[in-house]
Amino acid sequence: MANERVYRAEGMVLRRIDYGEADRILTIFTREQGKIRAIAKGARKTTSRLAGYIELLNRTHFMLAAGRDLSIVTQGEIRERYEHLSRTYWHATAGYYIAEAIDRALEDREPQTAVYTLACATLQRLNADAAAWLSDPVPANKAGPAARGWAAVRNFEIQLLDLLGYRPAFHHCVVCESALQPVEQNGFNAELGGAVCPACARYAQRTLPLLTLKVLRLIQVTDWAALPVMRLDTRTRDDVDGVLQQLLTHHLDHALRSWNALHHTT
Amino acid sequence: MQKIAAPIQGLIEEFAKLPGIGPKTAQRLTFFLLRSPEDQVTRLADALRRLKTDIVTCSTCFNIAASDPCAICGDPERDQSLICVVEEPLDVLAIEKTGIFRGTFHVLHGALSPVEGIGPKDLRIEELIQRARTTDLREIILATNPNYEGDYTATHIAQALQPSAIKITRLARGLPLGGDLEYADEGTLARALEGRRTFE
Repeated sequence: MANERVYRAEGMVLRRIDYGEADRILTIFTREQGKIRAIAKGARKTTSRLAGYIELLNRTHFMLAAGRDLSIVTQGEIRERYEHLSRTYWHATAGYYIAEAIDRALEDREPQTAVYTLACATLQRLNADAAAWLSDPVPANKAGPAARGWAAVRNFEIQLLDLLGYRPAFHHCVVCESALQPVEQNGFNAELGGAVCPACARYAQRTLPLLTLKVLRLIQVTDWAALPVMRLDTRTRDDVDGVLQQLLTHHLDHALRSWNALHHTT
Repeated sequence: MQKIAAPIQGLIEEFAKLPGIGPKTAQRLTFFLLRSPEDQVTRLADALRRLKTDIVTCSTCFNIAASDPCAICGDPERDQSLICVVEEPLDVLAIEKTGIFRGTFHVLHGALSPVEGIGPKDLRIEELIQRARTTDLREIILATNPNYEGDYTATHIAQALQPSAIKITRLARGLPLGGDLEYADEGTLARALEGRRTFE
């Protein structure tokens, strides 16, 4: 397929930068070919036929012409629009975060169908959560990020690590391999890839309270549809966020820039 | 051994630093100026120098201007209770060209982008909120670009301005003049349907 001059691909735009007079250079995560780079010519003009098809994250069918370095976007057709995502600040930030994580995690032209499916599912969940959040008539419920949206992002992080081959260990100690006991004194080490038991506490980078461990396990092993709505206190949420951020930072060799924005947004 | 005289080489190199100008274009421009009358070259040099010495940022709207307050903020004819928020100074020009906007502006100097590390503190958002608190405002028009980044920035500003009695609006979006319905994308067409108006 790659040596055909014109090809078709389904994908989502992860990143775009302005180029030249009115062009944009896109990083597209395609289902068929993984991450590719393409140019959308004239896309910044209001009369551009392409402009509406190269919005961030929409699931789109692209027609592309193979170029030497960059493919050229010739046509588009949107398959799924996550229209509520950009209508709340937290959900829109989460969209950026998903895009940045995938962009950092994958190499160019490396097909990752499972990651693609995960990304689409996560964006659908966030979009549905944003719609629910927007139509919630109780102002008090809008004080923090919606519980379901938060869980969708954490589920994405854990599943992404799994698909990249870095499944974190939350059931046994990563040092002595003994099964973890339901106690408050467990610890965690991102470089070793998971939890450490109290006997190996000298390897711990941070503590792992029992509730945090339970939440991480629950998100790791439960199908999304079966995952209960979790009403957690801020400390536990921050703890879960912190554990997963350390893991991602370690495995991606880079702290994700949008994590801070997401973590501090309500 | 140098093949081209140093002043010419220097100018070629400076031109080549400009966006969209490669080494060949830089050479052409340099030799065009070399053959031009001296007063034309002097005018260009003066214009370049004045670009940095005579330009200030308006302390009210943060547009680049020749004076502070700028011509728009200092104009008593303009409606000071109406602020149009835009990303870049060039957007002010675009809206001014329509000739129908009689309010004032607020230039953010960019759009929020968590991935590029551009947060609210990197833009003139806090200044806008201050302006909204200290000025008697009727309406704030969020005229950031109609894309994910622009919507994201507008959502942030709208949330940051709450609670407030000021009317907050967003530019309408829909079909461009001279466009063809067949080629409109679904998103734009959906917005155009939502925002349709009674036929007059």
